[in-house]
Parts: sequence; C-alpha cells; structure tokens
Amino acid sequence: MTAHAPILEAERLAAPETPFQQVWRTFRKDRLAMAGLYVLIGLVALALLGKLLTEWWVVFDPAAVRLPDKLRPPFSTPSAAVPAAQLPAFGVYFFGTDELGRNVFARMLQGSFVSLSVGFVAVSISLAIGITIGGLAGFYGHRKWGPFSIDGLLMRFTDVVLCFPTFFLILTVVALLPPSIYNIMAVIGLTSWMSTARFVRAEFLSLRERDFVVAAHALGLPEWRIIFRHMVPNALSPVFVSASIDVAYAILTESALSFLGFGVRPPLATWGNILADGRDFIFDAPWLFAIPGSAILIVVLAFNLVGEGLRDAMNPKLRKRSS
Amino acid sequence: MWRYLLRTLWQRLLLLVFISIISHGIVHLAPGEPTEVDPMNPMMKAEDIARIRKAFHLDDPFYLQYLDWLRDLFSGNLKSFQNGLPVLPQIWARFLNSLPLFICTTLLVWTLSFPTGIHAAVRRGSRYDRVTTFLAYALISVPSFFLSYLLIMGVVQVLHLPVLGLRTFGSDQLSAVPRAMDSIWHLTVPALMSALAGATGVAVLSRYVRAQMLEVLDQDYVRTARAKGLPEDKVIYDHALRNALLPFVTLFGFLLPGLISSSVIFEKIFSWPGLGQLGYDAIIGRDFPMILTLNFIAAALTLVGIFVSDILYALVDPRIRLQ
Repeated sequence: MTAHAPILEAERLAAPETPFQQVWRTFRKDRLAMAGLYVLIGLVALALLGKLLTEWWVVFDPAAVRLPDKLRPPFSTPSAAVPAAQLPAFGVYFFGTDELGRNVFARMLQGSFVSLSVGFVAVSISLAIGITIGGLAGFYGHRKWGPFSIDGLLMRFTDVVLCFPTFFLILTVVALLPPSIYNIMAVIGLTSWMSTARFVRAEFLSLRERDFVVAAHALGLPEWRIIFRHMVPNALSPVFVSASIDVAYAILTESALSFLGFGVRPPLATWGNILADGRDFIFDAPWLFAIPGSAILIVVLAFNLVGEGLRDAMNPKLRKRSS
Repeated sequence: MWRYLLRTLWQRLLLLVFISIISHGIVHLAPGEPTEVDPMNPMMKAEDIARIRKAFHLDDPFYLQYLDWLRDLFSGNLKSFQNGLPVLPQIWARFLNSLPLFICTTLLVWTLSFPTGIHAAVRRGSRYDRVTTFLAYALISVPSFFLSYLLIMGVVQVLHLPVLGLRTFGSDQLSAVPRAMDSIWHLTVPALMSALAGATGVAVLSRYVRAQMLEVLDQDYVRTARAKGLPEDKVIYDHALRNALLPFVTLFGFLLPGLISSSVIFEKIFSWPGLGQLGYDAIIGRDFPMILTLNFIAAALTLVGIFVSDILYALVDPRIRLQ
C-alpha cells in the first residue's frame, strides 16, 4: 500500500484546478475578505433565525408595545407593571427598548431578514435586467432593427438611464408610489442595473469571438444553449463582484430612504427604519441609534470586503500560479 | 475634431429630449397627484379637486402637458405648483446656497484623497496601506446620516457650538467679521462630512487613486526610470503620477450632477437650504414642474459633464483621437 501512495499523490497534483478552486485558493488568503465572508454566513443564519423566532414561532415579539417600559437601556429587566404575557424572552431586554417599549432585540432580529431581503431582491432584479440587456446587446448587437443596430439602441437606452440622477429618481418614484417594501426593492433594482449591463456586454463581445464559442457554433448547438451554457458562466465573474457591492449599496439606500421618511412602513422593522426612528432620541436613548447603525456598518462592510476580495481573487494578474 | 463635437452635441441633445420624455412619463403615470398631498383634508371637495386639476392642466393629454412644460421652461414662465412662483429663479437662489458647500466638499475630497491614495500605493502592503484600506471601506459602508449625527452630537456636546443651517440664529446682528466666521464654521462641518462619507467622497476616490497608481507603477517605463537611477520621488511624482492622473480628468465631468443628486441627504441632515432640500420639498409636495425641471437640469449637467470630460481627455492624452 505504501508503495502506491506517491503515485496517487502525483496524480492528485496533476489534476487541473477548476476556476472555482483557483478563485477560492486566492480568496482564502485575504484575511479581511474571509472575515467578511464569516460575517455574511452568520448574518444569513441570523436572518433565517430572526424570521423563525419573530414570525412563525414567536419567541421575540417585535410588535409588543409595553408603555411602562419606555426607553429602557440594554440588559435592563422589565418593570413590574408589564403584564406577564408581554414579558420579553429570558426576562431581559438585550438591546433595550424604544419609545413605545418595544423590544429592540426582537426588532433587530426581524429587521435582519427584511434588510437582507431588500438587498438580495433588489440586486436580483438589477442582475436580471443587466444580464438580459447586456447579453442581448453583446450577442445580437450586430443585427439591425430598422435603421438602428440593436446594440446601439440598447446602449443608448442604458446611457439615458445612466443620466438620471439616481437617488433623486428613487426618491421621486418611492414618494409617488404607494408605500410598500416591494416598491422599494423594485425601484432600487430598476435604477442600478446599468453597470452590470455594460460589464456583460463587454464580456459577451469578447467571448463571441473566442474559439470555444466558434466551435460551439460549428457543432450546430442551438443559440440559447451557447448563450446560457457556454457564454453566461464565463461572463459572470465581474458580475459577482458588482453584485456583492450592490447588495451593500441597496442596504445603505434603504436606510437613507428611511432617514428621509420614505422607507419601509412600520410596524415592519428594518435596520434602516430603526436607525432613522432612533435619531429622535439620540441624547436620551443612544442605544436606539448606535445598535442599528453599527449593525448596518458591519454588514455593509462585510459585503464590500467580500466583493473586493472576489475582485482580487478573480484578477488573473494578482493570482499566483503556485500556492 | 469640430465634426466630432457637433455630432456629439447633437446626440446629447437628442438624449436629453428622451430623458425629459421618460421623466414626464414616470411622474405622470405613477399614482399620486398634487391633489392627493393632503387626502384627509375634509375641506377638499370633488369640485375643488377638479378645479385644481384644471388649473394645473392635469386633465390634458400627456403630450400636451409635455409640450406645455417645454414651452414654459424655455420662456421662463414655468410656475411651481406649490407656491405659484417661477421655477427657475427659485432654483437659481438655492443653487447659490448649494454652490459653496459643493466647492468646499470637492476641494476637500481632491486634496485629501490624492496624498492618501498615492502613499498607500507606494507603500503597498504596509501598515499604513492596510489601515487606510480598512478605513476607506468603513467610510464607504457607514450610513452617512449615522456618522453625521455622531459628529453633530460630538460637536454640540464637546464644543457647545451650533452646526445646523446656513448661519447661527441672530448672527445677522453681528458685524461683518464674526458673521463671516460664523458662516464659514457652518460650512465646515457639512462639507467635511459630505467629503468623508459622501458617495463620491474621499473613501471612494482614494481607493481609485491607489488602484491607478498600482497599475502604473507596474509599467515598463517606471522600471526604466528606476533603472536609469532617477531619485524615487522623481519616478513616482513625475513619471508614474502623471500617467495615473489621466482617468481622473474624466471624473471631473461626473462631479457636476452630484450638485443635485447626492446633496439631498447631507442638506437634509444639516438643514442646508440648497438644491437637494428644494428637490425633497418638491417631491413631498408633488410639485411636478419643480421635480421635472430639477431632473432635467441634473441630466443636462451629467451630459455636459461627460462632454467636457471627453474633450479634456483628448486634450490631455495625445493617444486619444476624437472622431
């Protein structure tokens, strides 16, 4: 048995690395990015737990109003005036209470799921639009539609949208539409797809000329298969980077909208509107401001660090062949 | 060259027309009308609503409203729905308020981010580089109003000085010198804040400077300069920096539209009566002419910015030919 071991070892080394393994190997060495990744994994777990514990199996009730216990500091215990049914879990307000005596810990738990889903849904919308428009412009761009080329039409449209003052546009639309969390997700998504479209178009233009795509054409594969099986996976690496940073941007935008009074409506809690409401009590109850603010800072920082780590790991110039 | 300029000018004008049509579409097709600002008001009767709609031409077909707006805008007769005053003089007055803030912010951003970024690139991987990198990410990730409120709280509690608004209440009774000092102080804090935490602030720009410098420092001509035995300062500031600066010429163009779009949050935080506040109030009041005109101006500024930066780029970089 021992005689075979070196040969097996050699075979294993000879096996080519998949692109995913290459990226992962570089990414793993970036300590900041790895810290960000751990935070994000923890956050997703926390968000799911939050959904579970505040809605399906209510351990922490984010909506329970306890007027005798207004603006209690963190780790304080409820007063005797609170009815037994409304006592917080474990008998402690971990993060204190707000101006209506609601448990801030429960609200933060609920908000983690809402804030995260705002980020993810908004970015999914922007990715779907960006990849579609960029892909169409890159793949079918040379075709004509009347006197115009498809590429020209789609990219001029992208230019038009790029010229809108984004935040002002978001504000206008959110203010005019009926207040709803879905509108906010949709509006953020609809105003942030332009850079994705440009990336994907540029990638498609160069991929279209590559040998493996030409070979796929020569083999007579259907076009949809060439696009989705062969080209899209190769065009995705810049998209991943911008997606991760866009989630961060969407969470920040949601909190900015809350600050201006156009955010997600109560009673649904997001980190943004807990923070925005907390500013009225900044001197009396600083924890109402500090806790959601730090939470947003940490999470957005994690998304940014992971995005930058991915960008470095996917950049072949920075990636070394030897491990 | 001239043919290129004329052609782009013509294209940009066409783009502007499309943008104004689309923004009209968004504003007019979205639910929410000037008559619905105060839906609970019992004094509002159906005939009042009809009268208001007639006075504002809201019952006219879409293209007529658009043509009306265009005609009024260029003849200077465009009136705000909210106060009946002409739109353009109001915008001009607010623009004069926003301008000093914008200029101070821009100066701060550019003077701070270049030394930081260059230094980080030259000492790549050093403690300084890692600390500024982390700080830059933290500044990008923090909700701007959270940081601003912390700063306001600190200034008010430690220095006992007011920070909000254009000037201290009652300062107009002072003589010229203290009044000027008061105005400058009121300008400092918001300018510093929007320079540090703004969307196009020090954090973003210094990262960009660093990336550009790293790119250039790897080039052959830098190695040649070093091989010739030039002093390191001359290599970095003469040979490398001048080439690294090229892309920043285009950034000048993208600064202009920030006047309207990115100022909303900071002007709201610091109660600064500038363009951003004007836009915010217009959105709250569903003041269609004001919203549309601000949007139009912002888009025009973006296009002018791109145009100017194209020309600047061609002037600075002899490798670029406009055709």
